[in-house]
Amino acid sequence: MSRTLSAPVTVAFDYTRSTGPVLGRFLTGLRDGVLVAGRTSAGEVVVPPLEYDPVTHQQTTDFVEVAPVGTVTSWTWVPEPVAAQPFDRPFAFALVTLDGATKPMFHAVDVASPSEISTGMRVQVRWADERVGHINDIACFEPVAELDEVESGAGGPGRARPQPRDEAATEQSRPEPVTGVITPVSLDYVYAASPEESTFYRGLDEGRILGQRCPTCDKVYVPPRSACPSDGTPTEGEIELSGLGTITTFCIVNVPFLGQKITPPYVSAYVLLDGADIALLHLILGVPADEVRMGMRVKAVWKPREEWAYSLENIDHFAPTGDPDADYDTYKRHL
Amino acid sequence: MGKQPAAVVGIGQTHHRAKREDLSMAGLCREAIDRALLDANMTLDDIDAIVVGKAPDLFEGVMMPELFLAESLGAAGKPLLRVHTAGSVGGSTAIVAASLVQSGVHKRVLTVAYEKQSESNAMWALSVPLPFNMPVHAGAGGYFAPHVRSYIRRSGAPTHVGAIVAAKDRNNALKNPYAHLHNEGTTVESVLASTMLWDPIRYDETCPSSDGACALVIVDEDTAAASPNPAWIHGQAMRSEATSAAERDQVNPQASRDAAAYLWKQAGITNPFEEIDAAEIYVPFSWFEPMWLESLGFAAEGDGWKLSESGETAMTGRLPVNCSGGVLSSNPIGASGMLRFGEAALQVRGAAGEHQIDGARKALGHAYGGGSQFFSMWVVGADKPTS
Amino acid sequence: MRDVAVVGFAQRQMPDFDGSPTCVEMLVPILAEIYEQTGWTRRDVGFWCSGSSDYLAGRSFSFVQAVDAIGVTPPVNESHVEMDLAWAMYEAWIKIQTGEVDTAVVYAFGKSSAGVLRRTLALQLDPYTMTPLWPDTVSLAGLQARAGIDAGLWDERAMAEVANRSLTDAEKNDYSIRKGGSSVEELLARPMYADPLRKHDCSPVTDGAAAIVLAAGDKAYEVRDKPAWISGLSHFVDSPSIGNRDLTRSPSAANAAAKVDLNGVEVAELHAPFSHQELILRRELGLGDDVRINPSGGALTSNPMFSGGGIRIGETAQRIWSGEVAKGVAHATSGAALQQNLLCVLESSTGKDA
Repeated sequence: MSRTLSAPVTVAFDYTRSTGPVLGRFLTGLRDGVLVAGRTSAGEVVVPPLEYDPVTHQQTTDFVEVAPVGTVTSWTWVPEPVAAQPFDRPFAFALVTLDGATKPMFHAVDVASPSEISTGMRVQVRWADERVGHINDIACFEPVAELDEVESGAGGPGRARPQPRDEAATEQSRPEPVTGVITPVSLDYVYAASPEESTFYRGLDEGRILGQRCPTCDKVYVPPRSACPSDGTPTEGEIELSGLGTITTFCIVNVPFLGQKITPPYVSAYVLLDGADIALLHLILGVPADEVRMGMRVKAVWKPREEWAYSLENIDHFAPTGDPDADYDTYKRHL
Repeated sequence: MGKQPAAVVGIGQTHHRAKREDLSMAGLCREAIDRALLDANMTLDDIDAIVVGKAPDLFEGVMMPELFLAESLGAAGKPLLRVHTAGSVGGSTAIVAASLVQSGVHKRVLTVAYEKQSESNAMWALSVPLPFNMPVHAGAGGYFAPHVRSYIRRSGAPTHVGAIVAAKDRNNALKNPYAHLHNEGTTVESVLASTMLWDPIRYDETCPSSDGACALVIVDEDTAAASPNPAWIHGQAMRSEATSAAERDQVNPQASRDAAAYLWKQAGITNPFEEIDAAEIYVPFSWFEPMWLESLGFAAEGDGWKLSESGETAMTGRLPVNCSGGVLSSNPIGASGMLRFGEAALQVRGAAGEHQIDGARKALGHAYGGGSQFFSMWVVGADKPTS
Repeated sequence: MRDVAVVGFAQRQMPDFDGSPTCVEMLVPILAEIYEQTGWTRRDVGFWCSGSSDYLAGRSFSFVQAVDAIGVTPPVNESHVEMDLAWAMYEAWIKIQTGEVDTAVVYAFGKSSAGVLRRTLALQLDPYTMTPLWPDTVSLAGLQARAGIDAGLWDERAMAEVANRSLTDAEKNDYSIRKGGSSVEELLARPMYADPLRKHDCSPVTDGAAAIVLAAGDKAYEVRDKPAWISGLSHFVDSPSIGNRDLTRSPSAANAAAKVDLNGVEVAELHAPFSHQELILRRELGLGDDVRINPSGGALTSNPMFSGGGIRIGETAQRIWSGEVAKGVAHATSGAALQQNLLCVLESSTGKDA
């Protein structure tokens, strides 16, 4: 048996970013199939444009178009791509100085092996099939075929020259400038419980609620703790609690929100189990929400045994015992 | 060697809104920074070091965003620090910036705190379910509502006090052009009639979710001499305790009481209620006004609500609290604490505009975070401290 | 300036920590070691500051629980930076310089193995035009390494020499998780990984935590006969832009070096997670061949995120305490491709004793 329990967690959100005028200009360009650079006060032509000038600290306002063709100034092989990179097979990341720019930009280069790329190599933009005003509108760079180079980067469809927008389109009918971009961020983690928490969750898997005592201050913690927050001492021993307790205080959650697991309205309450010195946050059912009271005596209601896991969710909820409320003095120091 | 005197000579803040779709993160910070520098009559080139503060990185989905912002904030080529102490961070960041001057290490420090909440969703970011646990968490409101209930039970406060505070702060915000909420006609009755979100906390008793930033320029004694109205730092304190410890007082945490006691001692204040002319207190849910009034020593334990109920904390009262409209009217989380610190400085500089308390000489800026466990606060004054 | 010294240091480093991402259970024995070294209890500590990252742990407010390891009844004077231990120490040093406190303990922790570290760190880049491409840390280092190779500033052999020396030195460091030097030829014969980098050119994913103790004046002598006095402490940051800065240079490291006195430095612990980055740093700091580099084995053999920089300070301090050297410099880095850098010069003398 491993020392601790662990389980996967995914932290994912599609962030909605407002770009501001400078990056908006660049992303609008990508959508329209052109590369917009910014000129700095020192005369550097930088793509993507810097939002603020490195010397004057003023917002960039001088924009120039540069070519979708350029030269590799540095590169690295990506042998084991990570999720969401431009390719899920090996590829190169490179710095590419576009013709007309003085500083390189970062992107992927689609080559099959490191032997097919070198510093100084000529590459061109391969546009994405659909362009929305996003850095991924550039699918990648690709080596410029010799023939293409002769023709000054005038590649075929999908190559350096983008699919033309309707040339007849007037200013008025052009789509609005890009002001926002959605960037999904999804990260996978393995979450591990501490050894003390693992003991607690393993107990729950056996239908037991296990606490531990701080050897310094003698307080009983449930769940047990790697460090008693008062003393910094790990809790010890094994104290089994009955599942009977008192509601110290609570809140009625009426708000729905993203990622919520329990449908509102529900009562989220601190339950001080008999024999424990700290309350546990849990769900109260079996009583109308507006009849839940501070001091109400409650008991753990377990899920059916076949649904048990290493989880506090094995206790489905707490429900009133029907006993008289606890005296305020018995729990007031827990508020 | 004691602390070197330090003063706030520049204050800038954004126009806080639910969504500042016109600005990038750098643009948001720069709106506040450029206003603070203009106020201080300085440029970025005059600045020795920059301190950035914001709340959890998950809010904007950028890890240590000060790194990608470095050049846009004018920090490239300078020392840059990033503070994160949960909701108290805006205050803590200002204190770290002040200590760079008080230590004698730097003379002119720029500090900025921000949150661009519209990039994601704070309820999501604060409630990502952990394996093995009971998924009953429901954001900050869900966390604090039980403790508000405890306060009401302990103090015997009438249940409409929260609405009185909310109506006051929302009306104060009408005098603050930077405030996010400008809800005309908010009354105690309208607050009481609003939806119950996290019982006992109603919708109108809750802070909004804002995009915003605040920046301060903090300088040494020599530099401050050039300012017509420096706000001198008379004292500052930070204290922390655990989120959940056996028998921890979650209504009136010891870390809060300890920080306040240390603060008043430094500032030479023996009777805060009499000596503080304006207070900017971190009140994200209206009931926290009476709770912190007690904890900070403005009222005896159990009596804070009486000050709120009797109007003493209104702009016309003896202890005006959150004349700016407070966190209840603008809440770019990472910046909210610095806004309290900055608004306190505006009061003693006589620069608070329509929400100025006439003749304010000493003001409190206060922030807290985590599960009421991280506290940062300062006292600023119109006069240079004597000690 | 007050005389402030590093008087305590404890660390843990491992490839796969099986505990919680808050690392509380790793911090408890580290702090116990600190109390043993100093003879203090937590109540003797004037100020606490920690360093960690929510994105390393995969949850908001990951640092909040770490204060449990201190034991915070009564409450403590405490702060947190979303930065490496070295910068947490900087904040504590500033606090001591204000005169408000005389002692501080700083700690940092990180469970890098909880996620895919090189991917997670792509979140440090420009979120509009860089992060959507998920440039991993190794790739960015590869671009930097090739830029220097192409410019003739270093070559694969020089990189292999760094790796070989580091792996050899790591054999004497119980905390290093990768060790075993062989020869430059043998290393060069190994296959390329992320061309131009071989695996030994890249630091291993490391979990860990560390703590440093600071004390001012006489408080330092109460703990150690030979405190490691901080004679210089400086840090700077550069532009984040990968394309717009010269990747073969680190201006922030050079700026920090210009603010401290590196004359007579006998040892340098450089926080270089990639072999070529040590070469950049040696050049920016102007370190001569007589300076012993990374006797601990350095970050190339063990690099716990958020404590890896501070560990360099601790390693240097230990050599001052033991009398092995009289002056050393420790370096910490943060961000992509050496964007942010800190230098801490430690000496056996305050310069006022003699």
